[in-house]
Amino acid sequence: MTSYRTALGRARGLGSAKHGVGHFIVQRVSAMALAPLGLWALNSALTLSRAGFDGAQAWMHAPLNAILSILLAIAAPAHMRVGMMEVIEDYIHKSSTKAVLLVLNYFVCVLTSVAAVFCILKIALIGAAL
Amino acid sequence: MSDAKAQSRGPQDRPMSPHIQVWRWHVTMAASILHRATGLALYVGILVVAGWVIALAAGASAFDHYGALLASPLGLLVLFGLTVAFLYHLANGVRHLFWDSGKGFEPKTADMTGWAVIVFGVVAAVLIWIIAFLNTGAAQ
Repeated sequence: MTSYRTALGRARGLGSAKHGVGHFIVQRVSAMALAPLGLWALNSALTLSRAGFDGAQAWMHAPLNAILSILLAIAAPAHMRVGMMEVIEDYIHKSSTKAVLLVLNYFVCVLTSVAAVFCILKIALIGAAL
Repeated sequence: MSDAKAQSRGPQDRPMSPHIQVWRWHVTMAASILHRATGLALYVGILVVAGWVIALAAGASAFDHYGALLASPLGLLVLFGLTVAFLYHLANGVRHLFWDSGKGFEPKTADMTGWAVIVFGVVAAVLIWIIAFLNTGAAQ
């Protein structure tokens, strides 16, 4: 029996192309970033809790604070997305509901990340609205 | 169908997955469930923090409203809960990273570290809030 499929065509989809642990890696690497970033954010929250609007603006103007805030705004939603994805996959068995929730989760995480990064950049570079 | 049923093992000797209805509570199980629960709480927590940045970018009026919401009794309760959740999730996350490297799997060690991260999460959060309130008092 001759087949029109090439060797590559037969091999595709058959097994590991070493991407199977992508989510696992994302979860661990973002966790490693979030451990120090989270502690820094907690410490910053203590300062910011009594800084007021002007103090908070001035705080975000400092490049180090803006940079670490942006890193947090990227790493945290990445970690959230994989964590919530695991929960959805574990508990939601109806495939249509699962698909909707997975997409919703993805959108919420990306939107949160982009909105936060935009606001941080706006405050740091232009200043907050009056 | 009935043949297949007769050949299958009965309910008694089937292996069971570790579900809360069939496994008694123990600390490593509680730590695992708490990790997931605190993770879900922190999902909302990040949205709260993102809301703070958005309010700051939106201007003084929005920022003050958001700040008043966070400083309300319910807001403070939520923030305290998120502090516990964060510190617990952080400590247990480090425990997971040690597991990923193959360390800490002995039942005794796993039990001990399980208790340690639970106690750490609560005690550290209480201490941080005491310090926060003392500092606020000193500033006024």
